[in-house]
Amino acid sequence: MKIKHLVTGIALSMGATVFSVSAIAADTIKVGVLHSLSGTMAISETTLKDTVLMMVEEQNKKGGLLGKKLEAVVVDPASNWPLFAEKGRELLTQEKVDVIFGSWTSVSRKSVLPVLEELNGLMFYPVQYEGEESSKNVFYTGAAPNQQAIPAVNYLKDDLGVERWVLAGTDYVYPRTTNKILEAYLKANGVAEEDIMINYTPFGHSDWQSIVSDIKKFGSEGKKTAVVSTINGDANIPFYKELGNQGISAEDIPVVAFSVGEEELSGLDTKPLVGHLAAWNYFQSVESDANTDFIAKWKAFTGNPKRVTNDPMEATYIGFKMWTQAVEKAGTTDVDSVEQAMIGQETENLTGGMAYMNKNHHLSKPVLIGEIQEDGQFEVVWETEGLVAGDAWSDFLPGSKDLMADWTAPISCGNYNVVTKTCSGQTY
Amino acid sequence: MAIGGFLFSLLVSTSTLAEPPSTAQQPLLMQLTEVKLSKALPVLQQLETSTGADMMVLFKTMLAGKLYYVKEDRSLIVVSKEAGETRYSDLFSAEPRHDLSKKQVKKIKVNNKLRGYLRESIARMQLHHTDPEVRVEAVRSLFSDLDKPTIELIRTARLDEQSRSVQAVMDVALALYRVKHAEDATERLEGVNALQGSLEPEVRNQLTLLVANDPARSVRKAAQKGLDKIAQQAEMYGFINQLFFGLSLGSVLLLAAIGLAITFGVMGVINMAHGEMIMLGAYTTYVVQLLLPEMIEYSLWISVPLAFLVSGLAGVLLERLVIRHLHGRPLETLLATFGISLILQQLVRTVFSPLNRQVATPEWMSGSIEINPLLSLTLNRLYIIAFALLVFMLLLLVLKKTSLGLNVRAVSQNRNMAKAMGIRTDRVDAMTFGLGSGIAGIAGVALSQLTNVGPNLGQAYIIDSFMVVVFGGVGNLWGTLVAAFTLGIANKFLEPVTGAVLASILVLVFIILFIQKRPKGLFPQKGRAAE
Repeated sequence: MKIKHLVTGIALSMGATVFSVSAIAADTIKVGVLHSLSGTMAISETTLKDTVLMMVEEQNKKGGLLGKKLEAVVVDPASNWPLFAEKGRELLTQEKVDVIFGSWTSVSRKSVLPVLEELNGLMFYPVQYEGEESSKNVFYTGAAPNQQAIPAVNYLKDDLGVERWVLAGTDYVYPRTTNKILEAYLKANGVAEEDIMINYTPFGHSDWQSIVSDIKKFGSEGKKTAVVSTINGDANIPFYKELGNQGISAEDIPVVAFSVGEEELSGLDTKPLVGHLAAWNYFQSVESDANTDFIAKWKAFTGNPKRVTNDPMEATYIGFKMWTQAVEKAGTTDVDSVEQAMIGQETENLTGGMAYMNKNHHLSKPVLIGEIQEDGQFEVVWETEGLVAGDAWSDFLPGSKDLMADWTAPISCGNYNVVTKTCSGQTY
Repeated sequence: MAIGGFLFSLLVSTSTLAEPPSTAQQPLLMQLTEVKLSKALPVLQQLETSTGADMMVLFKTMLAGKLYYVKEDRSLIVVSKEAGETRYSDLFSAEPRHDLSKKQVKKIKVNNKLRGYLRESIARMQLHHTDPEVRVEAVRSLFSDLDKPTIELIRTARLDEQSRSVQAVMDVALALYRVKHAEDATERLEGVNALQGSLEPEVRNQLTLLVANDPARSVRKAAQKGLDKIAQQAEMYGFINQLFFGLSLGSVLLLAAIGLAITFGVMGVINMAHGEMIMLGAYTTYVVQLLLPEMIEYSLWISVPLAFLVSGLAGVLLERLVIRHLHGRPLETLLATFGISLILQQLVRTVFSPLNRQVATPEWMSGSIEINPLLSLTLNRLYIIAFALLVFMLLLLVLKKTSLGLNVRAVSQNRNMAKAMGIRTDRVDAMTFGLGSGIAGIAGVALSQLTNVGPNLGQAYIIDSFMVVVFGGVGNLWGTLVAAFTLGIANKFLEPVTGAVLASILVLVFIILFIQKRPKGLFPQKGRAAE
């Protein structure tokens, strides 16, 4: 008898739990946030976590989505790459989230990708990256190399008359791939081998004396020289300081950086950086109604009038907006339907104009080049005429020249070879 | 020529108190407030050659990024920030405008192209500056853009130039122009001969071009001779430069490791929280600058003793509360101090935010001394080399000449014997640990000038510190000194050949091999104390 009671008891309580879970699931749409809140990447990623929370709050004020409230589920992968895969799995299997916003470094994205593809999750990746990827389960709202690096080089070449190039980067996948693309692009444009200098340094490099003195020497040989910098985070400030101390000004040798934004500059001594350049799809200083509104909301949300906004935040903003639009269009949060509904979505850029989601899961966005000002903001000195469509596979690398991504029928492939007309079917 | 002649007359009219702009200039100035950034250059060029008010003040303000205009009447004003207060004044009369506020003015944008032009234009105007050093710099910054009107300006200025050094650079400028444009080969040859001995990069570039392209053989030969001479000099100065870089890296290593040389070397405690003691020192500098914003110039001097106290106190606490109880158990000490290092990092993250903090560099530490065009030494590095040596000497004095030093040495050589002699070894341990940590704090003040002040600052230096102490020989301060400079110089000489990543790997491999051969480092302790 006793046992029987027990069994019914368990069965009953199990039924109750299942019921309660489904009751909650019916009420809310879960939004997973997979950004590091501790460790080295916390500096950059906590901002994006707050951005998603702000967007969720705002959407709920508008009445949620499909008549349900949004609920953010925040996990902390702690800047630990394998943990991204684990936490991603946790979000998809235990929390059963409908969408994930997350990752910063390429290695963390690559770590969580197999999990997303295995469990058919949906992730929005908001950071500029090296390209050479297009997964069915990921939307890339940051810049591909042709939306940041190549326009920046064009600006230096055409507007500033640069003929010699220093490609300086931190030693990991993003700078290495970007520099490979840039090197191929420069050579295709008739730049000689000896006019390109490539240099890699370890993470957090702080002793820039010899490298800066090499750059100075390289730049004093009669031709206008510029540095294209994919130097990552922490190492930047000592680099610019050393440039200033060795008497290299932005007019002599301009440095255009792809990893230096408002957040990195906030609260830093910007004196040695003034006049140097950065290429992004968004600057806080751009004047538009949408942007003013966004900045005001951000400052109110964080309760800090000095907080700055930056490019990955805009990418998160665009990704989130598009996702809500796609869910509304599809009428469900089902991953496959939302994925198809995403393609062709349009939403307003914070800098004006509309962003457009292409068939390859990359955005069409404007590209801006700004000069660093003393207050840590950027003055836009150049922008592309129209929108630039993100190219998943670079046209300047021998391996990826013939590849394209198209997630609509009949191709439905992330790496379709236009010459052999085959899809490699590669997953990650 | 007309332009040059006119500019000359403009320059000699040494009007310090700017007169109001003439009727010809007014519309141009108006245009400056309306024109797009890409179209501003022609306006500035017209302004440079226009008659009327001196445009120096306009150009200088614009170069500094302080030029604004009033939205209402489009008049130009200067906006400057002094001690946190924004001040508005009229550009030409310099009279303060109290009626203006931030909303009524708009900045006139500058980009690099305009800055380059402004700098050159100012240089042209400064050829008659009263300070010969300014004149030298003015001529040198014109080297890259020697066109006819500029050369005429320099030629006229050369006629009544008194200073030798200014004459020399002016002659180089004139010769550069001559070798580039003279039709006659002998004239070019003369020019090349006049260029001999100059180390300016423009001279080298011009000579390289001549060697490759000049039709006259004599000119090519002379240019080659000049180039060879420059190459010889460049090699020598390049070597000196690298040596300086090596010494500088060595001094940083020395600063980071010297505190550890005491705690690890003398006391034998493996202190993984040593890096965080450095970090605490760096944050002390930040706090000092935060509390005394108007004393940035002296902030470092105030920070040095404070950082010593803060880190030293933290060290004493660490010793009293944790390490004392783990005496003689190196593995536990290692784990415990590693845990403490993580706690300290998180503490700093919570108190100061995970973002890097800004530590300003005082004016006297920025920039470099230019010895010649091929060799310039950056000031912050020079100061840090001197500072590292000073700290080293002081520490040596403390250990050799004070009673604390005597006690420390006694305890480290034979604890039991020292105890028997009546030395309070407990107290000595705490003091020694405090001293080592305090020195690490001082190192933090110096490092705040070179690298980012953030929660991870310490981690970046802990490995290097251990490396230096082990390589130098545990328990030997001189060993630490020699090891730091050896590793610094080796690293910097390898770097140009192998790249920064491989250079540090090679240095590590070298140390591993070296330790295999001599496990006790460069200067092992000898005698019974070493057992």
